[in-house]
Amino acid sequence: MSLPSAKLQQVFNEPACQKNQGKDANARKQGCSKPLTPGAAAGGCAFDGAKIALQPITDVAHLIHAPLACEGNSWDNRGAASSGSTLWRTSFTTDLSELDIVMGQGERKLFKAIREIKQAYAPPAIFVYATCVTALIGDDIDAVCKRATEKFGLPVVSINAPGFVGSKNLGNKLAGEALLDHVIGTAEPDDVGPYDINIIGEFNLSGEFWLVKPLLDRLGIRVRACIPGDARYLDIACAHRARITMVVCSTALIGLARKLEKRWDIPFFEGSFYGITATSQALRKIADQLVSQGAHPELVDRTEALIAQEEAIAWEKLAAYRRRLEGKRVLINTGGVKSWSLVDALMEIGIEIVGTSVKKSTVEDKERITQILMEEDQIFESLAPPELYAMLSQDKVDIMLSGGRTQFVALKAKTPWLDINQERHHPYAGYDGMVELVRQIDLAIHNPIWCQVREPAPWDSHPVSADGPTSTTSASTTGRACEKIACSTAYAAGQG
Amino acid sequence: MASILPQAKSAAVNPLKSSQPLGAAFAFLGVDGAIPLFHGSQGCTSFALVLFVRHFKEAVPLQTTAMDELATILGGADHLEEAILNLKTRTKPKLIGVCTTALVETRGEDFASDIASIKRDRAKELAGTEIMLAKTPDFDGAIEEGWAKAVTAMIEGITRPGEQVRQASKVAVLPGWNLTVADIEHLREVVESFGLQPVVLPDVSGSLDGMVPDRWVPTTYGGTSVKDIRELGTAAHCIAIGEHMRCPAEALQRLTGVPYMLSQSLIGLQAVDRLISFLSMISGAAVPVTVRRRRAQLQDALLDGHFHFGGKKIAIAAEPDQLYQLATFFVGMGAEIAAAVTTAETSRILETIPAESVQVGDLGDLEALAAGTDLIVTHSHGRQAAARLGIPLMRVGFPIFDRLGSQHKLTILYQGTRDLLFEAANLFQATQHAPKPETLDPFRNRDMPDDASSLLARS
Repeated sequence: MSLPSAKLQQVFNEPACQKNQGKDANARKQGCSKPLTPGAAAGGCAFDGAKIALQPITDVAHLIHAPLACEGNSWDNRGAASSGSTLWRTSFTTDLSELDIVMGQGERKLFKAIREIKQAYAPPAIFVYATCVTALIGDDIDAVCKRATEKFGLPVVSINAPGFVGSKNLGNKLAGEALLDHVIGTAEPDDVGPYDINIIGEFNLSGEFWLVKPLLDRLGIRVRACIPGDARYLDIACAHRARITMVVCSTALIGLARKLEKRWDIPFFEGSFYGITATSQALRKIADQLVSQGAHPELVDRTEALIAQEEAIAWEKLAAYRRRLEGKRVLINTGGVKSWSLVDALMEIGIEIVGTSVKKSTVEDKERITQILMEEDQIFESLAPPELYAMLSQDKVDIMLSGGRTQFVALKAKTPWLDINQERHHPYAGYDGMVELVRQIDLAIHNPIWCQVREPAPWDSHPVSADGPTSTTSASTTGRACEKIACSTAYAAGQG
Repeated sequence: MASILPQAKSAAVNPLKSSQPLGAAFAFLGVDGAIPLFHGSQGCTSFALVLFVRHFKEAVPLQTTAMDELATILGGADHLEEAILNLKTRTKPKLIGVCTTALVETRGEDFASDIASIKRDRAKELAGTEIMLAKTPDFDGAIEEGWAKAVTAMIEGITRPGEQVRQASKVAVLPGWNLTVADIEHLREVVESFGLQPVVLPDVSGSLDGMVPDRWVPTTYGGTSVKDIRELGTAAHCIAIGEHMRCPAEALQRLTGVPYMLSQSLIGLQAVDRLISFLSMISGAAVPVTVRRRRAQLQDALLDGHFHFGGKKIAIAAEPDQLYQLATFFVGMGAEIAAAVTTAETSRILETIPAESVQVGDLGDLEALAAGTDLIVTHSHGRQAAARLGIPLMRVGFPIFDRLGSQHKLTILYQGTRDLLFEAANLFQATQHAPKPETLDPFRNRDMPDDASSLLARS
């Protein structure tokens, strides 16, 4: 099979990952993806992870070398935003047929496909993704890409992460490796400056990085490369000339950041733009690190001034929600950095955190949660759908914040739910993003449908008399109190 | 007769197809207490699951045998067995529908014998659960093929074989995959209005209709019962809808002798007339007043609507049967099919499609062919092409992820035809261009009418 196991060993050994360093040598060799249980597994494959990590690069043609399903069932499904080219949203696949596979025509078809794309779209680069079947039949994608690069005079990059090698997370890592091996450092910018940074792991979902970028612009900080959100191929090729790197989504691409440091002396730190304090901390850290890399020290003061100004505005905007949301109970079921970074702002306006999941969170993430929440029993690894359903339907939670996977557990339990993962439609990064999140929580919790869907039909709770249905304002049999104001409004509207 | 143009490109651009195992899983989802199981890597399942959820806005049960690198080299029988046993213990399903994927099919194992030996060795643990197999590699076919294979597998595997005592009023109904929840509910009511008792397989109207149960259910809830599938041979008649359902209908006939009637389309006055006449004939009942009323309403809609269709150019991309059904509908309204794109070249229905040619291909082909047409008809993925061309998009089929309620849209029989007609006519009206002096200036317009040559040819 085409993926050398040396590469896998290499990505599994991640010195910058605290979890990884906590293991002994043997355990480290096993890798960080847990073996899956057939019949009880969830989540995407390595190819999925590689594509997620790279596809937001907007001007590249992403070509999936596979039978139909790998691309046909999954394209145009993520909400990353582009300020320029929309080529990344055009789907390309070799759509291998049985004949192609039986006759061993995979490599030839791939080469021709690359030529067709080059001729019709003239992209600055083409990324070619290996998949299970093309790895199994032994197509030498590296060789085809090398030949195509020479023949067509544009970078054709092989992304070697077939689905069966492991999880989505592993695919993220292998995508980072591909950028290091084939893209970063292949072009030289002519405008290098002391305020250049890389942001790694920011996907610009719903355009949310555009809530943050103006803050950096105001400080005179230039984003050399944001990987992968709203990136151009050339930005990434020049990423080795940035002064520092901030890693936003730590588990996925931290290896990329560490190797940028090793190879080009670009120091990196982990931070987040979710939450008020987290955003301020990130800006502070960017300024400090740039100064230590040679930027003018006055950057620190300007950054502090900006933070003070923007925080004050954000807290003022948030204060308006205190009256409406104080005492509301939130369950955060997402893991990773959001398990803690959203918490402080929510608590600040009086929201109670009844639980947060630490699935996919790092050791450092977990420490922060423990400090903020004080109580251990609010922290859980992950909840199976039946347990989660029970918790939600017993009125222990006013709203769940999670990803699409558990959406219907909440909705079928008639509990407000808000998407804070990749399929969401609202931008939540930066100061304004946090205000938007709180606004969406408010809208979700106070929507008048809740008291309508929770009430049983009148003929189920009361015998229907000949005079018509009896009043529905008596105690709800579900045991859940409805918001009085919202309910009476809705009821009046229904009557009117 | 349409000529079928095979795909000549190497790079598919914006795929039209969803995969064959997804089609098979879709059919298993129409059975009560079922859970489809993809035999492949976890991504195969994850992608299909996300797509189902985007379309139905429902929790969808779908599992994976989670083939990893080692199993891909050594063989996947152990993963298959472990997955089946895990599903049985955790979810207690009445049916597990195994759908193979390109990964395991490229390896080429004997899945039927794997499953036979799992059932034999684990007979006690697996009692009360049917294990079905649909061989559905992604490198072949699309939803149609997968759906038909799964239904055939269930008939061959569960339905009691042999001639049985027939119940005169019982009708087996085998709907094609593209019938919505609303279609199946409506069809059932119409069949019942003749005093007949329909048994629908698969019945997504029970399982994917958006119920809110009072507990968490890990399998489908609602749909055709396994018992009803077993008893299918006691039906007096079978109605199959869409050419791709001929194979399952023939399987039922071969095994139990139940004769079938195949309706290639339930859209359009004449196509529906044929079904209604058949129902009247087999039931011996007169056509009910409600059905007559719906027919009269459709007549009126044809009269009111035809102004908007005459001379319109339509571009359709859909799986073969749905393409045939929609193309005959539009042509029956006076429109012309300017572009027809489909997923596979094997279906017998393709050459009867009322278009000059049918391109086997993708939405890239549709975009190239659709320039200058008045309406694009395909699933939600056509939105990019429609936006670039500035042509309105009528969403049909699967997936529809950027509009709510596609499952509750009626698209068949008199009433569904009427609704489709109104939807298309309204799209035409919404994009009508106001007359401008320069576009009407006779000195500027010296082109022959577009169809002058065909008019001459006809005379």
